[in-house]
Amino acid sequence: MQSSLGTPTFSSIAFFLLIVALTLVVTYWAARRTKSAAEFFAAGRSIGAFQNGLALAGDYMSAASFLGITGLVALSGFDGMIYATGWLVGWPALMFLIAEPLRNLGKFTFADVVAFRLRQAPVRIAAAVGGILTLLFYTIAQMVGAGNLVMLMFGIPYTVAVVIVGGVMLAYVLFGGMIATTWVQIIKAVLLLFGVTVLAVLVLAQFAFSPGQLYQATAARYGAAALQPGGLVTDPIDAVSLGLALMFGLLGLPHILMRFYTVKDAKAARTSVVYATGFIGYFYLIIPIVGFGAATLVGRDTIAAMDRGGNMAAPLIAELLGGTAFLGFIAAVAFATILAVVAGLTLAGASALSHDIFLHVVRRGQATEAEQVRVARLATLGFGIVAVLLGVLFQGQNVAFMVGLAFAVAASANFPPLLLSILWARFTTAGAVASIVVGALLSVGLIVLSPTVMVDLAHYPAALFPLRNPAIVSMSAAFVAGIVTSLLTSEPQARARFEDEKVRVYLGVGAE
Amino acid sequence: MPAGQTATTREGSGTTRTADLLASDEFRHLVRRRWRASIVLTAALFVIYYGFILLVALNKPLLGTPVGSGTLGIVLGVAVILLSWAITLGYVIWANASYDPDVRRLRARLP
Repeated sequence: MQSSLGTPTFSSIAFFLLIVALTLVVTYWAARRTKSAAEFFAAGRSIGAFQNGLALAGDYMSAASFLGITGLVALSGFDGMIYATGWLVGWPALMFLIAEPLRNLGKFTFADVVAFRLRQAPVRIAAAVGGILTLLFYTIAQMVGAGNLVMLMFGIPYTVAVVIVGGVMLAYVLFGGMIATTWVQIIKAVLLLFGVTVLAVLVLAQFAFSPGQLYQATAARYGAAALQPGGLVTDPIDAVSLGLALMFGLLGLPHILMRFYTVKDAKAARTSVVYATGFIGYFYLIIPIVGFGAATLVGRDTIAAMDRGGNMAAPLIAELLGGTAFLGFIAAVAFATILAVVAGLTLAGASALSHDIFLHVVRRGQATEAEQVRVARLATLGFGIVAVLLGVLFQGQNVAFMVGLAFAVAASANFPPLLLSILWARFTTAGAVASIVVGALLSVGLIVLSPTVMVDLAHYPAALFPLRNPAIVSMSAAFVAGIVTSLLTSEPQARARFEDEKVRVYLGVGAE
Repeated sequence: MPAGQTATTREGSGTTRTADLLASDEFRHLVRRRWRASIVLTAALFVIYYGFILLVALNKPLLGTPVGSGTLGIVLGVAVILLSWAITLGYVIWANASYDPDVRRLRARLP
C-alpha cells in the first residue's frame, strides 16, 4: 500500500493549522477572563459537570493510548484489549474514594488536601516533589512521543516538533491559564472521540456493521490466537501489580486531580466523573474495533514496517478507508491531543511550584493575588522550558516505560498520603512525609532494578527485582510507612482538626 | 489556608453548634453510610477487574472459548468496561437519591 504518511500533505497541515487557530482564539478569549489565582488555577470554578467530564477525558486520552492501543490490538489482538480495560478501571475508584472529599477540602492542588490539617512546609514540599516527579515522567513520555509521531506523520524534524509543541502549549497556559487549558481539552476530546468514531464506523462498514464478522475475518487471517490471550499477561502477581498502578495511579495524577477544583461543588465533581468514565469507556470500547480493522484490512506486516510498536495502525487504516484528507484529520487530531495533554501537565506543574512551594512554603500563605498569578506564569514558563529540554534530551530513547513509571509513582507517593489524610484521624505530618518519601524512592528505585529497565534497556541477563511494575510493593510500603510513622508520632492538633474538617468533607461547609 | 477555622468560628452562634452536629447520631450515620457505599463498590470493582486479570493470567484456554463469533475473553473484556461504568453511575444515583438529601438536611441545621 502506497502511503502519504511521513510527508506533510495539504490536508494534514490545513487541519492542524485550523485546530491551532481555533485553540488560540479560545486562549485569547480565556486570557481576558484570567486575572485572579482562582481563575488561573481553577477557571474560577466556573466549569460545568458535563464540560469537566469532557476535559477530564481529554486530559486522560493521550495520543499514546489512541495510537498505542490501536497498534497493540492490531499486532497482538486480544492482548491489546486487556490493556485497554486497565486504563478505565481507575475512574470508578477515583469516584468512590477521592473525588468528593478532594473537591471539598482542597483549593488548587491535591497537596491542599494532604496538608490541610498537618504542618504546611514539610507536607507541601514532600507532596510537591511527589507530584512534580509524576508530572515529569509523564511529560517525558508525551514529549518524546510527540517528537516521534510528528516526525513519522508530517516529516518534520524531531527537535522542531518538540519546540512547536512546547511553544503552542505555553501560549495556552501562560495567557489563558485553566480556562484556556480546559477548553483546549474539551475541543481535543470532541475531535478525538469524533475521529475514532468515524474510524470505527468506516471499519465496521467493511464487515456489514457486525463486530462478529470483523473478529471472524481477523481469525481467518491470523488464526484463532488473535482473539485469545497471548503473552502479555502471564505472571499473576505482575499482572495485579500493573493493575494496581493503573487503577490507583489515576488517583494520584496531579493534572487529573486539579480538574476537580474547576467545578463549583462536590456534586458537580461527582457528576463529571460519570461523564468522564462514559467518554473514556466508549473510547476504549471502540479502539479495539479500529485495531482489529487495521490488522485485517491493512495487514500486520505493513503496520509493523512503518513502526515496530504499531503506532501507525490508526493513521494507516484512516488513509486506507478515508483517503489522504481523513488521514490529515487524524494526524492533526493526534498532534492536538499531545498539545492538550502537555498543557494540562504544565499547568499542574506550575500550580505545585507556585501554589504549594512559593505561596505556602516560601511565603507561609501570605502573597497578593497579583503576585500569585505572576509567579504561576513564571513557573509555567519554567516547567514548559524544562519539558522541551527533556524532550530533546530523551530523543531516540525508548520511553515506553515512562508512563508506567509515572503511574507507579502516582500510586505509591501521591495516592497513599491523600487517602490516609482523608480517612484517618491519627495521620501525622511525619507519617505523610514518610509515606511520600518511601513511595517515591521505592517506585523509582524498583523500576530501575526491574526487567523493564535492567533487561530490556540495559541488556543485563537478569533483573534484581522480578516484577515489571513495582506498585504492589511500593504502594503497600508507602501505606505501611505512613501508618507506622503516624503511630510512632503524635500530633494532637492534627487530630482535633480532623474532627472539625468533617463538616467540610461530608457537608461541603466552608469549601472553596 | 484557614485550616479548621470553618468549624470553630461558627460555634455557639446559632441553633446548633457544629460540634454537636458532628457528634450527632445522624451525622455519624451519614459518614458511615458514605464509606460503606464506597467500600462495597470498590470491592465490586476489585472483583470485576482483578477477577478478569487473574482469569487471563491463570486460565487462558477458558478465555479462548468461542462465544458467538468472538471469544469469552472479548465478551468479558467488554463486560469489564461496561460494568465499571455501570457501578460509577450506580454510585451517583445512590448519592443523588440518598446522600444529598441528608447532607442538605444536616447543613440546614447549621447556623
